[in-house]
Amino acid sequence: MADLKDAIKEKSMNLQKEMLAKQFHDLSQANETGKKVVYTFVPGNLTELILSFDMLPVYPEINALQSGMRKKSADYIKDAEKMGFSEDVCTYVKCDIGMMLNGNIGPTGEKLPSPDLLLLSYTGCFTFMKWFENLERLYPGVPVAMLHTPYQEEGKIAQEQVDYMVKQLKEEVIPKMEQVSGKKFDPQRLSGMLENSARAEDLLVKVLESAKNVPTPIDAYFAGVYYIGPIFTAFRGTAEAVNYYHELWEEVQERMRRGLGPVTPEGELKEQKYRLVMEGPPNWTNFREFWKIFYDMGAVIVASSYTKVGGVYDLGFRHDPKEPLESLSRYCMGCYTNMNLPQRVGLLEKYVKEYKADGFLINSIKSCNSFSAGQLMIMREIEQRSGVPVGFLESDLVDPRYFSYANIKNRLESYFQMLEQRKIILRQEGVIA
Amino acid sequence: MDRLTEIVKKAETLAFDLHFTAARAWKQSGDHRVLVGYLPIYVPREIIHASNGLPVGIMGAGDRKQIIKGDAYYQSYICHLPRGIIEMALDDNLNDMDGFLFPAICDCIRNLSGMFKLSSKGKFQRYFDYPQNFDPAIGGIFYRQEMEKILADIRAINGQEANVEKLNHAIGLYNRNRELIEMIYSIRQEYPWRLSGLDTYYILRAGITIPVEEHNAMLEEVVDLIGEERGEPMDNIRVVITGSFCEQPPTGLIKSIEMAGCYIVDDDFMLGSRWIQGKINNTSKDPLEALCDAYLNQSTFSSAYYDVGNPKGKRLVELVKSRNADGVIFSAASFCDPALLDRPLMQKECDDSGIPHINFQYHENTGQFKVIKEQAGTFSDSIKLWV
Repeated sequence: MADLKDAIKEKSMNLQKEMLAKQFHDLSQANETGKKVVYTFVPGNLTELILSFDMLPVYPEINALQSGMRKKSADYIKDAEKMGFSEDVCTYVKCDIGMMLNGNIGPTGEKLPSPDLLLLSYTGCFTFMKWFENLERLYPGVPVAMLHTPYQEEGKIAQEQVDYMVKQLKEEVIPKMEQVSGKKFDPQRLSGMLENSARAEDLLVKVLESAKNVPTPIDAYFAGVYYIGPIFTAFRGTAEAVNYYHELWEEVQERMRRGLGPVTPEGELKEQKYRLVMEGPPNWTNFREFWKIFYDMGAVIVASSYTKVGGVYDLGFRHDPKEPLESLSRYCMGCYTNMNLPQRVGLLEKYVKEYKADGFLINSIKSCNSFSAGQLMIMREIEQRSGVPVGFLESDLVDPRYFSYANIKNRLESYFQMLEQRKIILRQEGVIA
Repeated sequence: MDRLTEIVKKAETLAFDLHFTAARAWKQSGDHRVLVGYLPIYVPREIIHASNGLPVGIMGAGDRKQIIKGDAYYQSYICHLPRGIIEMALDDNLNDMDGFLFPAICDCIRNLSGMFKLSSKGKFQRYFDYPQNFDPAIGGIFYRQEMEKILADIRAINGQEANVEKLNHAIGLYNRNRELIEMIYSIRQEYPWRLSGLDTYYILRAGITIPVEEHNAMLEEVVDLIGEERGEPMDNIRVVITGSFCEQPPTGLIKSIEMAGCYIVDDDFMLGSRWIQGKINNTSKDPLEALCDAYLNQSTFSSAYYDVGNPKGKRLVELVKSRNADGVIFSAASFCDPALLDRPLMQKECDDSGIPHINFQYHENTGQFKVIKEQAGTFSDSIKLWV
């Protein structure tokens, strides 16, 4: 196993840490402060709407991945399996249920409050529905608001799909939020939050697209999920999120001015030998070891699909304060996992070309069919369309039994050797300098 | 060979004809006919029939085809059904299908629709989204729009309009189909020895490969034949099998359960053919609305269906009681998230109601049944001895 030193952190990383710590502290105090708590999911999240009712969101996937990073998921998963859940099914679900069975202690060690509302934003992942059916039984009597997000079957969002979602928001979701929070829906307040969202989205896209630079100042996968993206979900719509992304964008611009590479836990990545596009979620139980294999070999991820499950803003979508509910609906339907396979291939191909990638890599997750089913075909398509070498890794989200360090390292070493050989040939042919 | 045996033999041949010979013959024997392949679980077949189409169920390759190419498209941790379907698509088994429908039951089937789109297999490849909102003014409208898309897909191929008369006629035919199937299940509830669970499976599965008119004729005959006493009652327990609604169990598995001393008095193997409970209005001036109403209000329970408000565990317990069953066998395909994520809750409902149960997992091409037979046999013995 890799030898891991204390992580080196940038200012934005520390700022994020403070914001998240406050968020979890607020959650732990929810019973005392009387704040109502909404459990919901990251893809297709309605954070602004929740915050507009002064309620606090909880994202079970984030709790699960935090449990994975803090080495608690293995025991949680075992407890869920003892309850009858199969080894075959989604480990986020099992980790979340196991955490609940063990007192629902959150990542900061404080107890998370039980939900006052289960907001099932059923976007891009069928398992979400099963997950909340389970939570509904585990929290009897807690109301459930179902928001069915139609899939982008035809590769676009149709007006009738927007109408369907708006109706659900008006007649199912908002009335339940009003009932739980005891507050009337305030469209103006929501619009104000969406203005903040759009500002933060502009900045987020600038940060993500900075990876088009050579050298790139960011890693768009490991750093993307570590400190660029996470703040987005729980804080979208707030002034704090806008401030955070201003800070981050300043930091990134400074790195670009100075020609610096991305920050890794061991400092700046100085030599960027391979630029990669990554498809699929990361492994969380061995996150740093996984990342280290890449930066030790001079590989940097310049674009990734997983950072788009919470919204594909680089394709142009922005929350629109003038049409708040329509905009929330379009946001939900636009998330990466709600895009059909031809759309996903198109996006990944665009990333390979626009970000000048040397290769395309898939981290296939054992327990996430929303991503994994079809990935081998995606890989072939990208190889045929872009001509870059492709690679395929297998691990899991939060089940450490499915992270094999030696296998993954071995496979990556072979892949990087292949990239190196290709560069030599391309140089000999005069294609690259 | 007696008549029932003849029918069952024919049904078995039809059910496992992976070249869909009967469906192709039907298409060639008339103008403007289309074949629409659909995957588990449910599609409103009535609208295809009314558009001069034949809905053809594609339930996977089972253990009848060696999977080589399909495995190259899927990781080991994805269920078996889609790799069999990819193998069939690559081997030209599905070439005569004009279009494909992929119902919204899980992420694997959803992404398979995208794989068919990427390979341009068929003239259309449509993900058929079920509404998970059951208000007629919200989910009902959405469902109607989904059906209208299918009608437009077929119309674009054959130019045929599914008018009110044709839709009502089709609804009537499928009403009769479901009624006859339920008659068979009712007879088997009282006299399960007259027709085995496996033979019932053949007869139902044959129905998704031929015109409904032919299947109705077959079912009428079966109902008549098993209305008379035949076979020998055995000292078996009575079980309900649940969790097998998509990837189908190999026939050896069904046979093993029966040989181990279990009468299968209900199951969800061919759930799509039994999805709507009771009749759909076939005299409506707006048959699509009648189909919407039926979907929203008369659907059976399944793992593909959002169930808060009418939990499937409770509905399973009701089914067990109404079928006078002794226990439940949870039999799910490996890596089937919907069935396996539902299982603990449904088991708990059974526990709370004192209903014994066992569970196991399979692939559609599982070849070894010794363990399953022993498990089912022990389950049967334990109920006979101690319950």
